[in-house]
Order: sequence, then C-alpha cells, then structure tokens
Amino acid sequence: MVTPASSIVAYDLLRWIVLIPLLASVINLFWGRALGKNSAGALASAAVGASFALALYVFWQLPATGIFRDLVYTWFESGSFRVNLSFQVDALTAVMLLVVTGIGFLIHVYSLGYMGHDDGMVRFFVYLNLFIFFMLLLVMGDNLLILFVGWEGVGLCSYLLIGFWYHDHNNTIAGNKAFIVNRIGDFGFLLGILLLVTELGRQGIWTLDFLELQGHVQMLSPAIISLITFLLFVGATGKSAQLPLFVWLPDAMAGPTPVSALIHAATMVTAGVYMTARLHFLFALAPSTLSVIAWIGAATAFFAATIAVTQNDIKKVLAYSTVSQLGYMFLAVGIGAFSAAIFHVFTHAFFKACLFLGSGSVIHALGGEQDMRKMGGLKAHMPRTYWTYVIATLAIAGIPFTAGFFSKDLILWQTFSHGATLQWGIVLITAGMTAFYMFRQLFMVFHGECRADAHAKAHLHESPAVMTMPLVILAIGSIFAGWLGAPEYLWGSRWDHWLAGVFGAAPAHHGSVSTEIMITLITLAVVAVGIGLAYAKYGRTDSKVGASVDSGSILYRLSLNKYYVDEIYDGVFVRPFTACSQFFAQIIDPSVIDGAVNGIAAATRGMSSIWVGLQTGNVQHYLAAFLVGTLALLAYCLGQL
Amino acid sequence: MVPLHYYLIVSAIVFAIGVLGVLIRRNLIVILMSIELMLNAVNLTFIAFSRFLGSMEGQVVVFFVMAVAAAEAVIGLAIIISVFRHRQTLDPQEMQLLKW
Repeated sequence: MVTPASSIVAYDLLRWIVLIPLLASVINLFWGRALGKNSAGALASAAVGASFALALYVFWQLPATGIFRDLVYTWFESGSFRVNLSFQVDALTAVMLLVVTGIGFLIHVYSLGYMGHDDGMVRFFVYLNLFIFFMLLLVMGDNLLILFVGWEGVGLCSYLLIGFWYHDHNNTIAGNKAFIVNRIGDFGFLLGILLLVTELGRQGIWTLDFLELQGHVQMLSPAIISLITFLLFVGATGKSAQLPLFVWLPDAMAGPTPVSALIHAATMVTAGVYMTARLHFLFALAPSTLSVIAWIGAATAFFAATIAVTQNDIKKVLAYSTVSQLGYMFLAVGIGAFSAAIFHVFTHAFFKACLFLGSGSVIHALGGEQDMRKMGGLKAHMPRTYWTYVIATLAIAGIPFTAGFFSKDLILWQTFSHGATLQWGIVLITAGMTAFYMFRQLFMVFHGECRADAHAKAHLHESPAVMTMPLVILAIGSIFAGWLGAPEYLWGSRWDHWLAGVFGAAPAHHGSVSTEIMITLITLAVVAVGIGLAYAKYGRTDSKVGASVDSGSILYRLSLNKYYVDEIYDGVFVRPFTACSQFFAQIIDPSVIDGAVNGIAAATRGMSSIWVGLQTGNVQHYLAAFLVGTLALLAYCLGQL
Repeated sequence: MVPLHYYLIVSAIVFAIGVLGVLIRRNLIVILMSIELMLNAVNLTFIAFSRFLGSMEGQVVVFFVMAVAAAEAVIGLAIIISVFRHRQTLDPQEMQLLKW
C-alpha cells in the first residue's frame, strides 16, 4: 500500500499553479478598479487559464504511480513534528486539479458575460480567484494542515460569494447560514485531525503528511480509527452537504449562478469526497464508519431527490440534485469504491456545471426570474442553451453513453456487487427520481408555452458567445468525460488504472458480467419510468404546469416545503440558541458583566467622595495643611533627638 | 552684647507673623509681603548664628536668599499683575478653579 519513496519527484512548477490565481486576486483587489471591469475579469480568467495550462502540463508529465512534490518551505517545526508548506500531485490530485482549474476557467469565462452588467464585477473576480487559490491549496496540499487551510478558505470564499449581493438581507443570511453550518462540520473535522495527530504522536510519530500517515496508521487501534474517521466525516457532511448538515446548500443558491456552478456544484462541495479519498487508507481501516457513510450517502441521495421533484425554483432543483448526487459519491466512498466516487465527482462536475450555467443563461435571459412556473417555451428563443441543457440533463439522468451513465452505473453496480442491496435499492429509486425531476425541469423551462410576463418576453435573447461557449464545452464533457471509465463489457476503464496508484488495485468484482448488464438494464428501466412520468405530467402540450401546484397531497406538500427541515432546525437549534444568546446579551451582560465593571467604578467614586472635600481649591487651605504637616514632621524629628 | 536667643525670639516672632499673614490675609500682595517677612526672619537667624559662631557661611547664605527673594518678588508680582488683569481681584479665595 505504501508508495515507495523513490517515486517522489521534486517539481518546482507546482507552486505556480497555486500562486497565479492568488496573484491575480491580489492585483484585482488593489488595482482592479483602476484596471476596469473587463480587464480585471480578463486578468482573473487568464490567471485560472494559466493554472489550467500548467496543470495540464504537470498531468502530461506525471507517471502513473509517481508523485510530484514541491517543498516551498518548512512552515513550523517542533522536535520531530514538522509541517511543510508543500504541494504534491499524484493521480488523485491531478484529477481534482484539472477539474478545479479546467471547470474553474470555463466558469470564469462565463462570468465575464454573466456578471458583465454588475457593478461588483471586480470584487466578484477577486473572490472567485481567491476561491480557486484555496481550492488548489485543498487538493494540492501534501499534509492535513494545508488541506485544512484550503478547506476553511473555500468556506470563507463560499460565504463571501453567497452574500455577494449583500444589499438583499436574505442573501447575507444565506451566507451566514452556509458559514455557520460549515463551522459545525469543521469543528468535527478539526477534532478528527487533532485526534489523529495526538494519537499518532503518542506512538512516537508526529506527522500530518499524507504519505507518512499512510505508512503509520496501522499503529492505531481500530476504535481510535473509527472515532477519527467519524469526526473527519462530520466535517465532510458539512462541506459536502450531507444529512444532517445539508441545509445550507439550497440556500447557497442566493449567490450568483456562476458561483453556484463552480463552488456549490463542481468543486467545493466535492471537497468532502476528496478528503475521504485522500485519507482512504484511514477510512479503509474503519468498516463501521464506512457503513455509516454508505447509509448517510444513500439516505441523502434519496431524501434530497424527493425534495427536488417538487421545487419550482430552477436553481433549487439543481441544488437538491447536487445534494443527491453528492449522496451517490458518499455511498461509493462508504462501500470502499473510492475510485468510483472520484469518477462521479469528475463527471458530475461537467454536467452539473453545465446545468447551472445553463440555468444562469436562462435567468439572465429572463432578467432574473428563477421560478420555473414563469418559464416555458424557451427552446425556440435560446437554442444553444437548450441543446446543452438537454445533453447535461441526459447525462445526469444516466442515459447510455453519457458521462452520468458510466459513473452512476458504476456506483450502482459497485453497491450491488458489494452486497449492499438495500442501499442499492434506495439509490436505484433515486436514479428514477433524478430522471423525473431533471426532465420535469427541462419540460417546464424549455417546452410548452411561454409563461413569462410580457416584459420578460420582450427582451428574451440567447446569451452571448462568451456564455454559450463554456456551455458547449461542458456539454461535450458531459458526454465524453464518462468514456474514461466504461465498464469491462464495453471497452474497459482507463480510470481505475489511472487511480490504481493511489487506491491500490480496483476491488475485485463479485458479480459476473451478465449480472452487471442486468443491473444496468434495471437502472435504465427505472430511469425510463422517471422520464415517462415527467413527460406525462409536464411534457405534454396539454399539461397545466401552473395548476399542478394545487395537487396538494400531504407528501407533495412535505416535499415542497423540504420536509420542514429548516423549520425543525430553526425550532430545535436556532431559536433556543438565539433565546440563550438573548438571555446572555440582555440579562447576564448588563447585570453581571456591566455590573461588575460599573460597580468597581462606582465603588472608587464613592470612596473618593469622602476625600474630595479636602481639595477646596483654596491655596491658603493647602498652605495650612502644609504647615501642619511640617510642624508634625518637625515635632517628630525633635522627639527623636 | 545682645545674647543670641533675643535674635532667635525676634526672628521666630517675625516668621510666625509671616506664616499667619500667608494663611489668613485676603490679598495676594500682602501674602507676597508675608513671604518676604518669613525669608527675612530666616535671614536674621542666619546672621545671628554667623555672628555667634564667628563663621561667614551664614552671611553667604543670606546673600543667596536675598538674591532669590528679589527674583521671587519680581516673578510673584508679575504673576499677581497678570492674575489681576484676568480676574479683577487679588483675593485667593476667588481663585479656586483647580479642584474637583
């Protein structure tokens, strides 16, 4: 399992991949206004493009089982405990690196068009570049501390970008919610890291370095490993929006749509998956944690999908869809199929970014309208957006030979062959629901009659090329990205070979090829049912989209109101906490804290009021006192003689 | 020859008059004069002891005291004039701004 040290190659180029976005961010921060909106945006995009080019170059040079490492300097050192600021690229990081910089570059370009009318465009690109910087720290750090710095940094950027349009108070609240919910998860994450370090330190190994950790985790007892991995997973549930900490992600849609695509679909939310994959050697030793992860993943996938089927906000559907797809990834992690999880991260980044950017294009065309009930019939007006949206929808629904088909099918098959039949059943139904809500969205937005108001209708337009080109590229990726990981009965997976250096050889399949094909066919049948239902309810020309809201069965209302999870959290956590804070702010603080401080002041003043009368201001009184004092001293001195 | 303690008694009386004047008079000029009285009482003591002990140091000190007293009178009167211009009074009881 331990990678031999000889395959580590020093490679000084890596730091520039990380530094270039940071430099651009700093330049835009100080001189962005002077540069002007468009040059600032171009600079930001070029910086990420340069990082992408470098990443491609590094990827090209990277041998399959090798590791590039760039030691910038030793951050701190205490005894044998040393933490370096250093970056590494192995097969796993290379995948994430290309996703972050590649998709990030496309989204930067798209933002040039999408944010073109916005006064805060410079600020937007400062944040966006800063995000890329932190995300690269996260995926390229060669130790847990660098990863943690990146982890917190992307959380910060997420907060800044969700609340980007801060004039609307709701956006600020959504940003706060994302930040606070993430803090809860991060608390667990930090505890996990600290526990890992101190427990290994107790064995005499002080390190945070991934490779060294990998070599030494066997020294820990299984119970400790279970606890550590569980705490780390708590962090992942926060960052990657899993049950029970998923509530922030749908609200995070308050941010600009490119942000939703970049941070809340393609990259940041997959950080949890990346972290578990990066520490796979640890998680693999904790079967109990893995089963928890599998169950939470499956439950999240199902739960979020049931909410997505009734949402009317175009971005909320995609948000819950993201939560659901992240559930798939964690299910894959939970059954030990790390390679499949990262594969789904990879393909999901393409089609979900494409969907989000497509929805952004629609919102842009409709002048900010997000309610799907007020859309419809946009197919004729925005053909490029439509066709890319169709491709991405096919991909996420898992239509054969699209990216989602390969990755989702791989997870379903691995789940089944791993023997987790119950979870397989759950995500199988989820696959059907995914197809349903995605095609429902497609029909509601692009088909049927246009339900937009006259004003919005008047200036309906296809988005400019700077926005549609990224869509086209992502749509192409949504088809072909999955071909890398085809099942054995087609042309075989290059993906597993690529990641074998990190995760070890792919787990032996327990089923025969015929079973695998059977599973695929079952999935396809369920998906077909989902699409059919969506067509029957929303796709036919005579369907009344607006009226369907009235079909108010209890289940429908539960789903529409997101199972009242927000309300429950509000009642159970937020309100008691607020009440507690109010109690301390309004009772304890004025009486006890202020009371103590003011009391000391009042006591001093009371004491001084006794003596203040001595100070009359009359110089003759002072002289009299002086005389008395002198005489007393004199008498004393004479008495001493 | 007049014995030493006569000088000392006179000196003590003059000093006491000076102290009383500083403490109870209501006019800054008179207070300044009372301070001069105290200085001169001390001078008298110095001279008396100088003579009694047959030493010149006491008389040297007296010259210093007189020089200082002259300077003090100049500065004191200048301050008094300045105060009077501002306050139109020389009563120290009217000058009580520096208090709590």
